[in-house]
Amino acid sequence: MAATEQPAEPAGTWPARLHVVTGKGGTGKTSVAAALALGLAAGGRRTLLVEVEGRQGIAQLFGTDPLPYEERHLTAAPGGGEVRALAVDAEEALLEYLDMFYKLGAAGRALRKFGAIDFATTIAPGLRDVLLTGKVKEATTRSNGQRRTYDAVVLDAPPTGRIGRFLNVTAETARLAKVGPIKNQSEGVSALLRSPMTAVHVVTLLEEMPVQETVDAIAELTQLGFPVGRVIVNGARPPVPAGREVTAAELKRGLAAAGLPTDGRTVTGLTREARDQQVRRELEDSLRAELAELGRPLVELPLLPGGVDRAGLETLAAALVRAD
Amino acid sequence: MPSEDAAPTLDVDQILADPGVRIVVCCGAGGVGKTTTAAALALRAAERHGRRTVVLTIDPARRLAQSLGLTELDNTPRQVKGIDVEASGGELHAMMLDMKRTFDDVVLQHTDPAKAAEIFANPFYQAMSSTFAGTQEYMAMEKLGQLHARGEWDLIVVDTPPSRSALDFLDAPARLSRFLDGRMLRLLLAPARTGGRSMFSFVTAGFGMFSKVVQKVIGAQLLTDLSGFVAALDSMFGGFRQRAEQTYRILQARETAFLLVAAPEPDAVREAAYFAGRLREERMPLAGLVLNRVHRPAVPGLSGADSLAAAERLAQVGGHEGTVEVLRAHAALAQQAVREQGVAARFTEAFPTVPAVSVTAQPADVHDVDGLRTIGAAIGGR
Repeated sequence: MAATEQPAEPAGTWPARLHVVTGKGGTGKTSVAAALALGLAAGGRRTLLVEVEGRQGIAQLFGTDPLPYEERHLTAAPGGGEVRALAVDAEEALLEYLDMFYKLGAAGRALRKFGAIDFATTIAPGLRDVLLTGKVKEATTRSNGQRRTYDAVVLDAPPTGRIGRFLNVTAETARLAKVGPIKNQSEGVSALLRSPMTAVHVVTLLEEMPVQETVDAIAELTQLGFPVGRVIVNGARPPVPAGREVTAAELKRGLAAAGLPTDGRTVTGLTREARDQQVRRELEDSLRAELAELGRPLVELPLLPGGVDRAGLETLAAALVRAD
Repeated sequence: MPSEDAAPTLDVDQILADPGVRIVVCCGAGGVGKTTTAAALALRAAERHGRRTVVLTIDPARRLAQSLGLTELDNTPRQVKGIDVEASGGELHAMMLDMKRTFDDVVLQHTDPAKAAEIFANPFYQAMSSTFAGTQEYMAMEKLGQLHARGEWDLIVVDTPPSRSALDFLDAPARLSRFLDGRMLRLLLAPARTGGRSMFSFVTAGFGMFSKVVQKVIGAQLLTDLSGFVAALDSMFGGFRQRAEQTYRILQARETAFLLVAAPEPDAVREAAYFAGRLREERMPLAGLVLNRVHRPAVPGLSGADSLAAAERLAQVGGHEGTVEVLRAHAALAQQAVREQGVAARFTEAFPTVPAVSVTAQPADVHDVDGLRTIGAAIGGR
């Protein structure tokens, strides 16, 4: 690729290095996270796409075998980049963490045998989140010699209802661990998550509940001191054209000119469809205005009629990275 | 509609009217209109079938909650006013689940006040009662068990939590049992049972290594809190598990009807299929599938392709801009309907005997009783 074709440095448009993608369930946050990882890898960069909820959403999206707790090549990005993927598992992360700091070996296996890890992450869910975010932090800040391992890390995070608690690891663990390595670990994670290196993006649809949850989540994130990035409207249709309602007579003439049936059922049916469509579009426009009031950069991703396949992901990736 | 004649039609009115049905559980992925469906069915049971109904919602949208008169999360059923029950004599009550308070109530029920106070003050209890993965599911089950035990209701309609996976709702009791039976918990309990000596005084070889690690990693304070919590919890084990198992059995009984709620999107349908498989495995009574937000063209005879072709022809001729717009909109709708049928067929192919009903997408969101009534009528098929 010639130097002149090099896409704008992602720093220009997506300045953070860790992109946390949240959104109400059903808004397509996994697809958006994947598209962002793909878009940020374009032009020879390397990104890591991470999931933490054990849903194997990335594997389903890309039609691969379930992801292990291991950074794996996921796909090549346009222009020579690479997206890698990782499914973080709290238990594995804990063992890795213990091994790194305490050289456990056999004792780690003993922990697992006693069910200690299941127990620990069950009884103290805050601990689970520290482990998950701790792994994300490690990947984000890792470097091989002079070069950072990843140009960007994209996290397919828990949904809006849980995102504040998930990211606010220090508050959750401070209740339990007053001193010691868990406390230090959570403070390190917290510092990264609250730094300009991180941006939390909220995915929504132009529907009432997802928009309401977006507004609530942004208020919560702001109050907790996490840098909010963009509001990403998924499956958006363009704003309503300033059209007017078509009359039955007009429609009848049009249908006749097109050689289509002009019976009463067809005319009233089509009129009703057009009216419903108009109602829906007007609601979408008012929701769009509500989102604009948040004062955050807004990105709209087109509705993909055929669902999100590989080509669709590239369309979304291009739309995301193009957006300023 | 070729893909629809595969499955029998779900008759929700038959379920809602059946005095033998005491519980309806709505489950499915997040974002498919589960809460709205539960509320609409409960309203219909009260207004049309004269049943004294309570709907247990988990996390309703603010405006939907307001429409039911739920202004606060107070964990008690409130009667919904201003509904049309004069003819039927039914009643509708609604409540929102308060997870923490339900957990507190369970603790109070199973232990004396002094011990309860000790438990409430323990940081592990505070963490677990508000954030334990599965607490919400377990507490929803607990609340369902309570409402059922009071025997005041003809029908309880339950909305399930917006879980990571719809399966969490079914798995919560088993997970709790596993947790309570866990070897780890037994080990931590040993000192309490042997007279309060250090938990590490009875060490085995493997456990010695383990205890060293635990002390190093989490520190002494945490351990003290933890054994305190576990010891306090010990007195309630039996009660906890018994209740979870009781509710589980109620869910398997004939008086319960599970309704899967989905939208014609790949993720939601996949989730519904998983859930249908699980219900079958657990021998729980699956009554049918409610497929929300289905798009249906009002002029089914005009295909998307024909409509689009006609729009292009007219656009070239000129002078029919309004009709061109209408035809393009119809084409998009018709194509969407075809896609949705393909997605829905994945469920009916896997579960051909499960009755299903499609509910047409509403142009605007529902947040009042009239809107719920309209949805209820659409689910009821008239």
